[in-house]
Amino acid sequence: MNTPATVTVTGATRDFHGSPALRGVDLVLPPGRITGLLGRNGAGKSTLLSLLAGRRRPTSGTIRVDDGDPFTDAATIQRICLVGDGGGDSDTSRVGARIDLLTTLRPSFDPDLAHRLLADFDIAERTRIKSLSRGQRAAVAVTLGLASRCALTLFDESHLGMDAHNRYVFYDALLADYVAHPRTIVVSTHHVDELARVLEDVVVLDVGRVLLHEPRDEVVARGAVVTGPARAVSGLVAGTRTLRTRRLGNTTEAVVYGDGTADVRQRAPAAGVDVTPIGLQDLFVQLTMKEHA
Amino acid sequence: MFDDDRPIYLQIADRIRTDILSGDLGPDDRVMSTNEIAQEFRINPATAAKGINLLVDDGILYKRRGVGMFVHDDARAVLRRRRREAFFSERVDPVVAEARLLDVPLDDVIARIRSTLPDPAPTPEPTSSPS
Repeated sequence: MNTPATVTVTGATRDFHGSPALRGVDLVLPPGRITGLLGRNGAGKSTLLSLLAGRRRPTSGTIRVDDGDPFTDAATIQRICLVGDGGGDSDTSRVGARIDLLTTLRPSFDPDLAHRLLADFDIAERTRIKSLSRGQRAAVAVTLGLASRCALTLFDESHLGMDAHNRYVFYDALLADYVAHPRTIVVSTHHVDELARVLEDVVVLDVGRVLLHEPRDEVVARGAVVTGPARAVSGLVAGTRTLRTRRLGNTTEAVVYGDGTADVRQRAPAAGVDVTPIGLQDLFVQLTMKEHA
Repeated sequence: MFDDDRPIYLQIADRIRTDILSGDLGPDDRVMSTNEIAQEFRINPATAAKGINLLVDDGILYKRRGVGMFVHDDARAVLRRRRREAFFSERVDPVVAEARLLDVPLDDVIARIRSTLPDPAPTPEPTSSPS
């Protein structure tokens, strides 16, 4: 069995036709965790994942999966699985044939899990890939990705095209198989709130840089919505990073993010101010919003 | 199952505490494992482990290697004692404070509480029985 991989990214940049997609990324992913990779369109998520999977080479800097270079080292490449959204518009092969192929190619591949998952997704194995819907192709892709049981498994917005039911089938299968066969997993997603509780760590990419990399619990604890009389709120949040302020009459709502949030929470009742949690999705949107000033 | 108001691991610990208090989990009963909780409630196993470990550190649960987590003999008594203390500070005191604010006589509050008790109203019980 594959032991979970450690990922080390040092000073990685990547340019496309002279314009930078990654602008210097330093990142260490400890083995055996599920990390959520969040970022707006064009933030560099897919680029980073393709570097981790050895599909591309960084323009500068290094990528290591355990001690190996995923771009050049064959043994390292065997330990990595990058799952996209299925693609395959012109793929005439049948789903079942893909399972047979991977069973031969990858020693860690579990065909039983693949058969079981496809049944959960309601996909017949004799169907040709090209005649599946977009969401069904995505289901096939995550099935093959999970059943590959790679030490480093990367999902690049794989479940984007799936309907809600199938996304939950995916989350359940991901957790069940991760628990039984621990590995290092990175999931990039726009369905942040759906996946939030499944994540242990969160990486937020913003314009090609790592904006934050922390345990999900801590990110969520650091954020809060503070609502109350304008004067009381502004006094309370002074000194804590405020991401957004809205006013309605004499009531102010401020979104705060920082180490001071715990203190704000404690002093709020005495100040007659409400403090409520903010979801990961909302927090992420506020953190990556373009500065207007 | 869980709300977003508090960290999930605290809510997991609370659910287990409530099950122990209600008797759904008795002494030496096995508690759901971290992995079972993770799959049942679709949460990260590390989050589930954090909730369970909170109760282990607290002496409510104990670990048997390779078997699982179990409820301590005196867990229910300990939790009851603590919740009773919290009952007065967190539930009764705010009621009294609100009553003061609204000028409601405390006798009215007490009468109201008595009136909700099943008939016949029990007399205040002594802290230790004479026998």
